[in-house]
Amino acid sequence: MRGAFAKTLTELAAKDSRIYLLTGDLGYMALEPFAEKFPERFINVGVAEQNMVGIATGLAEAGFIPVVYSIVTFASLRPYEFIRNGPILHQLPVRIAGVGGGVEYGHNGATHYGLEDVGVMRVQPGITVVAPADAQQTKTALEKTYDLPGPVYYRLGKDDRIVVPGLDGRFDLGKVQVIREGKDLLLISMGGISFEVAKAAEILSKEGIEARVLVVASINPAPVEDLQRELGQFRQAITVEAHYACGGLASLVSEVVAQSGINCRISRCAIEDSPDGETGSQSYLYNKFGLSAESVAAKAKSMLCRVGV
Amino acid sequence: MLAVQSETTHVINNLQIKNTPTKSSKYAAPVIPNLTGLKLRKTIIEQSKRAGVGHIGSALSVADIVACLYGKVINAKSPRDPERDRFVLSKGHAALALYAAFAERGWITNEQLNTFCGDGSHLGVHPEHALPGVDFATGSLGQGLSFGVGAALAAKRQKADRRVFVLLSDAECNEGSVWEAIMFAAQHKLNNLFAIVDLNGQQAFGYTKDVLNLSPMDERWKTFGWDVHNVDGHDEDAMAEVIKNHSCIGDKPHVLIAHTTFGKGVSYMEHQIKWHYSPLNDAEFELAMSELERQS
Repeated sequence: MRGAFAKTLTELAAKDSRIYLLTGDLGYMALEPFAEKFPERFINVGVAEQNMVGIATGLAEAGFIPVVYSIVTFASLRPYEFIRNGPILHQLPVRIAGVGGGVEYGHNGATHYGLEDVGVMRVQPGITVVAPADAQQTKTALEKTYDLPGPVYYRLGKDDRIVVPGLDGRFDLGKVQVIREGKDLLLISMGGISFEVAKAAEILSKEGIEARVLVVASINPAPVEDLQRELGQFRQAITVEAHYACGGLASLVSEVVAQSGINCRISRCAIEDSPDGETGSQSYLYNKFGLSAESVAAKAKSMLCRVGV
Repeated sequence: MLAVQSETTHVINNLQIKNTPTKSSKYAAPVIPNLTGLKLRKTIIEQSKRAGVGHIGSALSVADIVACLYGKVINAKSPRDPERDRFVLSKGHAALALYAAFAERGWITNEQLNTFCGDGSHLGVHPEHALPGVDFATGSLGQGLSFGVGAALAAKRQKADRRVFVLLSDAECNEGSVWEAIMFAAQHKLNNLFAIVDLNGQQAFGYTKDVLNLSPMDERWKTFGWDVHNVDGHDEDAMAEVIKNHSCIGDKPHVLIAHTTFGKGVSYMEHQIKWHYSPLNDAEFELAMSELERQS
């Protein structure tokens, strides 16, 4: 997704001279196209994420659209108070691009996992939060949001190769995307793990269970009406996210259920515990945390058994 | 480029603004006669008493700096003029000094000033962006210089003449983010940026030398690549002169290490930690006002 983000941003920057790209010394082998085409508008601020967001705030106040770029944790958590007091409180068009949502930086260890970024961002009413599921959706999402008047947080994946079947690059703010039809249960997914969720639906289908699959990429504004409509048609739903169980997609969906009085039981596939120091590939960690396609399918089956479907 | 103009007068917001000759006509300073540190001090004492709030010593410490900037330096046709010089009160807890200056500059009315710390007011203890004239909301120490660096960089990239002024407290330099901004500004040669450090040697809960010793402040900034000027932070004219003579000059950002007295102008507040937070009682108010009257 980061490659698609950089490519799309470069295309947009050719048409819109307000766009600046700031990095906290990251983006090697990803940001070069922009840096080479617009050297005057590319600034490596150094390893200083707080200052990066502060500078972006000053640039935005003067009419620019600055994009700040780093790994998820360094883009969201380190400068969090700067994001709050800067672009959010001033309602300025700073874009924060965090790369490596979830456990994509697997072997790099827990400091590099993006496990709570969606949670901390979405509690702020004044920021748009977007978590695309694949490269095509990243392109659409950026094109549709880059010139919003207020700030935007993009939770991006590193991998540009995955294509979520049925998504076809669709994105709309405040909407969900249905990527698979089904009537037995509802699977709701956020981010790059949607690929695993689509695979889980395939596994279930082979066993005669048809899952309807939604992608939620517009986290804030939340797709409340879409979720109400979808959840109202099912008695069971499973949320899947490479994020802590608290604060992210599971919380968002549960809030909709609770506030709307919908009779739908929510089960969550998410990271429940703090990392224990064990590192590994993303697929290894997906298995460990119960997020692989097989884990999601198994959870769906046990859930359906319990409610006697 | 450098031209000396004869003195001119024009009117902004019903105030007579006098342009005095400077080395650079680009930065002809607006001189607002009644906008003095002493006048701001009186307003600070009156409003602190009326509202029953503290942070008095910090506001008194910067009264002359703020008076210098708004009375003699900052070019702004209006509080939201896009081409105005920018100002960031990074030590946001001294906002009352800023409001007092806004009132003298005609940016807020006395009625607005009298809402300070009232319910529904935009004039809180720390400055809110909703109040026209507040370029950046502050209150969390260590953020303002980064905002100012971005504003200065924007002016450079837009080839605009705007300058940016950021007023920091000395203890604020405890924040690591300040040094991130310091390094960036030097790297990018932002000579349209002025930091002003209110070097009063005090912080909320002690003296800076006992908490995190910042001495020598000037050498620290110099080592980080800034153009450093030690100034008397209570000499408005001297500070204005330094700013006038260094605006967009050279290849470094500028810092005024403003040597100040915490609580300046009210004898019993000077150098006293208590007056970081303490509000005034009736007797203290009368004494403070009488001392300020004697300085008139």
